Amino acid sequence: MTMAEPIVAAPERRAASDVAAPIVEVRGVHKIYNGDVVALKDINLSFEEGRLTSLLGPSGCGKTTLLKIIAGLLEPTAGEVMVKGRKITGPGPERAFVFQDFALMPWATVLRNAAFGLELRGVPAKERNETARHYVEEVGLKGFEEKYPHELSGGMRQRVGLARALAVNADVLLMDEPFSAVDEQTRRKFQEDLIRLREVENKTFLFVTHSIEEAVYVSDRIILLSPRPGRVNNVIDLDIRRGDDPEAIRRDPNYLDTVEEIWRGIKQYLD
Amino acid sequence: MLSANTTAQKLTGDSQPQHAAPGLMARIGDRPVLWRVLSLALFCAVWEVGARASGNFAFPSFSQTLFAFLEMIGDGSLFWAYGRTLEPLVIGVTFSLLVGIGTGVAMGLRRDVEWLTLPVFIVMQAAPMAALIPLVTFVYGIGLASKVVAVVMLSLPVIAMNSYKAVRNTSPSLTAMCHSFQGSRWQQISKVILPEASPMIFAGVRLGVAEGFSGVVLAELLITPTGIGDLITYHRSIANFDSMYAVIVSIVVFAVVTVTLLQLLETALFRPDKRRSK
Repeated sequence: MTMAEPIVAAPERRAASDVAAPIVEVRGVHKIYNGDVVALKDINLSFEEGRLTSLLGPSGCGKTTLLKIIAGLLEPTAGEVMVKGRKITGPGPERAFVFQDFALMPWATVLRNAAFGLELRGVPAKERNETARHYVEEVGLKGFEEKYPHELSGGMRQRVGLARALAVNADVLLMDEPFSAVDEQTRRKFQEDLIRLREVENKTFLFVTHSIEEAVYVSDRIILLSPRPGRVNNVIDLDIRRGDDPEAIRRDPNYLDTVEEIWRGIKQYLD
Repeated sequence: MLSANTTAQKLTGDSQPQHAAPGLMARIGDRPVLWRVLSLALFCAVWEVGARASGNFAFPSFSQTLFAFLEMIGDGSLFWAYGRTLEPLVIGVTFSLLVGIGTGVAMGLRRDVEWLTLPVFIVMQAAPMAALIPLVTFVYGIGLASKVVAVVMLSLPVIAMNSYKAVRNTSPSLTAMCHSFQGSRWQQISKVILPEASPMIFAGVRLGVAEGFSGVVLAELLITPTGIGDLITYHRSIANFDSMYAVIVSIVVFAVVTVTLLQLLETALFRPDKRRSK
């Protein structure tokens, strides 16, 4: 793991959680836009199976670009991404993307939207609707199956986006600032639900956010990116106990200290 | 009290979308048919009163026009005229729909098609068609062909341009979504791009069909008097103004009904979400 001049002393609690095998590996990725804008510079990372890793950084650090490269939606200028040991050339069935702007089809019902990934794979209607119904219920939208996106609130729309990503049963969930377009209260509820969801679904999450609190609250590991050019600044492993009470985490001194530490590190990159 | 209410609403924002209390406009909106009929009745009444008050021989009242209309239905001349008019209209509009939507969608999807055909449509859309009709007559004579060409010249550009813009303006986020779930290019077009573009394509179709009506009437007035154009010309020449008005109103109503039916068809075919929200 490459670490360019750590700005925060990484807490030494890695040993226990470092046993899992990497499911996603990013090797020497560069991304240059329009010939001269360096969005990402020499990114080397590995993401372990079953963990939730956040890509955190101020705007312009290339975190969404990196996630889209891992998703296969963007081509890196140099370098490669391996998923389950194989080099990717585009989107694949082992990855599912949750979009910042939800990307729901306004002409389709909640159920059809949630089943859309399966529909594209040619899964018969009965089967895919059954699967989608299960996940719509799991994200807490039971009873809204026949509604259209414009009849839902922002938070509910993102739940549909999440159900769609879960329904294809991918190993890796790529979430691009999924909660940034919803209001603060919904956002908190969402974060708590995400932690609960992880207990049910054994998946690897890659989570892009610009919120330090959010990253610390939900993640096992935070990758801190710095801007212009976007590169890995620090990798922070977290050891915050996520017990039965989701509210307890927000009062955990460990949580508060980590947020403070990261903020001190990030501050220098802001104008 | 007020601020407490707002907070409570925000807190429940995730579980229930809010419904506004039905206001006056909403209640009017509940009975659109009634209001449309009322609006039409008002128009007819103003027409009747205005025509009677003016005493102008060339401005028949609504009732006179209506009687002339029924008379022309009775002697069959209106049906015969529509039969003749519909021929170039249907052929021309069908051609414009197939070629216009096809080319427009292709232009939206592919840059090379765009470069090749866009200038032609821009010129066609900007050119004053009435000025070109003598030219069409010169080339295609006074038969069916030149009337079809007149219809196509008017309806094709707007259909093609709208289809092109509709496809070009589809949300990149939805196509990326389709791509990320491994949708093929064909699935992307058929399941995402076309449904998303369909309202604007159909707006173009409605405009194009309306333009087609102009085209066919222009052709029948300027090229050779047949069908509706003939009826208008004939009744004008013998100063039979109530019949002339009846023909004109009938073609206007016919065009409006056709265009409205197209709109209903669009909602039924492509946008179940709009049907629900109406």
